[in-house]
Amino acid sequence: MLKDYFPILVMLVMAVGFGVTMIFLSSIAGRKRPTATKESPYECGSIPVGTARIRFDVKFYLVAILFILFDLEVVFLWPWAVLFIERLGLFGLVEVAIFVGILLVGFVYAWRKGALEWQ
Amino acid sequence: MEYLIMTIKAVVVFAVVAGSMPFIVWAERKVMADAQARIGPNRVGPYGILQSFADALKLMFKEDVTPRQVDKPIYFLAPVLAMIPALTAFAVVPYGSPEVTVYGVPIFYVTDPKQVGVLWVFAVTTLSVYGVVLAGWASNNKWSLLGALRSAAQMISYEVALGLAILGVVLGSGSLSLIDIVEKQAVPRAFGIPGIWLFAQPVAFLLFFTASLAETNRTPFDLPEAESELVAGFHTEYSSFKFAMFFMAEYINVLTVSAVVATLFLGGWLGPGVGQFPLLGVVYFALKTAALIYLIMWLRATLPRFRYDQLMRFAWKVLLPLGLANVFITALWVGLRGGT
Amino acid sequence: MTEWILFIVLTAVAVGSALMMVLNRNPVHAALWLVLTFLAVAVFFLVLGAQFLFAAQIIIYTGAIMVLFLFVVMLLNLEREREPIVTGGQRAAAVALAFALLAVLVIAIAARTSFPTMAMVPGGITLTDLGVALFDEWLLPFELASILLLVAMIGAIALARRRT
Repeated sequence: MLKDYFPILVMLVMAVGFGVTMIFLSSIAGRKRPTATKESPYECGSIPVGTARIRFDVKFYLVAILFILFDLEVVFLWPWAVLFIERLGLFGLVEVAIFVGILLVGFVYAWRKGALEWQ
Repeated sequence: MEYLIMTIKAVVVFAVVAGSMPFIVWAERKVMADAQARIGPNRVGPYGILQSFADALKLMFKEDVTPRQVDKPIYFLAPVLAMIPALTAFAVVPYGSPEVTVYGVPIFYVTDPKQVGVLWVFAVTTLSVYGVVLAGWASNNKWSLLGALRSAAQMISYEVALGLAILGVVLGSGSLSLIDIVEKQAVPRAFGIPGIWLFAQPVAFLLFFTASLAETNRTPFDLPEAESELVAGFHTEYSSFKFAMFFMAEYINVLTVSAVVATLFLGGWLGPGVGQFPLLGVVYFALKTAALIYLIMWLRATLPRFRYDQLMRFAWKVLLPLGLANVFITALWVGLRGGT
Repeated sequence: MTEWILFIVLTAVAVGSALMMVLNRNPVHAALWLVLTFLAVAVFFLVLGAQFLFAAQIIIYTGAIMVLFLFVVMLLNLEREREPIVTGGQRAAAVALAFALLAVLVIAIAARTSFPTMAMVPGGITLTDLGVALFDEWLLPFELASILLLVAMIGAIALARRRT
């Protein structure tokens, strides 16, 4: 069984190796003439204002949480989808309909509360 | 011997995927030029086909500017992380008929973990968010960080739709293995309609294709590089080959997405005559993938960019309900008929 | 033999990156070390034959939960200057309490749990095994999980909306 994953490991190692090698090569190939202005953060040519590590809207956080919950739901559905034809049949559909139905309540709530709007 | 052949397969596929990237870039420039009534690259090599190599060399020798106050380890890590997902997703995609063997080992797929299969593609896609987020954060630039957070929120929003679209196909195929999914499409349906999932799962196809474009930040979802508002988005502060890595990642993603769509929805290596001549499968697979790559370029030449609020609303309020509905209607259909 | 090597390497990666996570002062770096820990755990699942869990671990923990963590540490933007002032006495007390908690947990778990050893299923655990367990034997917990997710969703929305 582990044998099936061996080529994935090989490709992973090659991908990392390729990336690291290319960055290393370019870092020695290119000449470096750093100046203070060149190294300053790009802000359309003006002198940078304040720090770049600013706080952001809580919206991003909310989207990430909604994503985790729906992603979990989809992961639960995967074994179900695979087994559906062979083993579970319509009873399996009812089981999952209840599961998703409960989550849909939350989805409707999110919709009504405007959590899916981006202003 | 078996491990040797497996390693060779992995190396060859890696080389072909990475090696075709410059030609996809060139093709896109030609297609875009054609769409805009220009000529496009035509100086380096016949029809300018070597343009990408010239560009890569140029980028290699460019000065590598590392701005002050960047978070160095992460700043260097991010471009590498951006490339890995696109390159490794290919491991589970069959690119020809599994009947062709050398020393008893099938050579037209790298690996086929039956219990994971398409989940590997999905898992790797979820990881592509890291390259973007980390690049933006490490750069210490307001535009980078805002661009990165926007892209990340976009990518995770469309991931749900992506998962639901695959569920539709898995429901009908009863397997996660991409080989099984392709073989399931070999049987024609009523009235001689081919059995490919494009016809049986059109909604899943549209969902998957749309969500994939959003995942890979391609037009009309290329908000991360909305030049007019965010400069260059998450890779504003990247130069030299580190910039090239993000660029390469985008084009390898185009190839990977096309190959996965061809496998899931267009029957992969299947085509007339593959039964007699299994080697033809590779040709069919390549043609289908190339057609989808062309479609993606065509879309870029045609469609305007979404506005960010429209894009997020589209993911949550249109694609998500549509995906859930598709899963349930498919399950009902499959369940009532006792099979596909 | 291969399994032993895999086990040792994976344990080293998992424990090592977990330690780096705890010891790192930069929250984003710490989060990335945690990603590595989760990936090592995913490979642990794979070596034990739980292939679906391997994929699920990557998708849920590294692909979703850690992205949320990263968002949070980036959004809160914990700067070095804002670090709480910790005196030597507090630190010593914290270490002592942590070890006391560890001791209590280890003793409690070791005394109350039997550790049955099971033979590995040849070829690993299949989706069929998992599906039958999930949709047959453990159907009620499965359905209850959706209520848990629902509560989480409503809670998050209620908290995020309060101030806007």
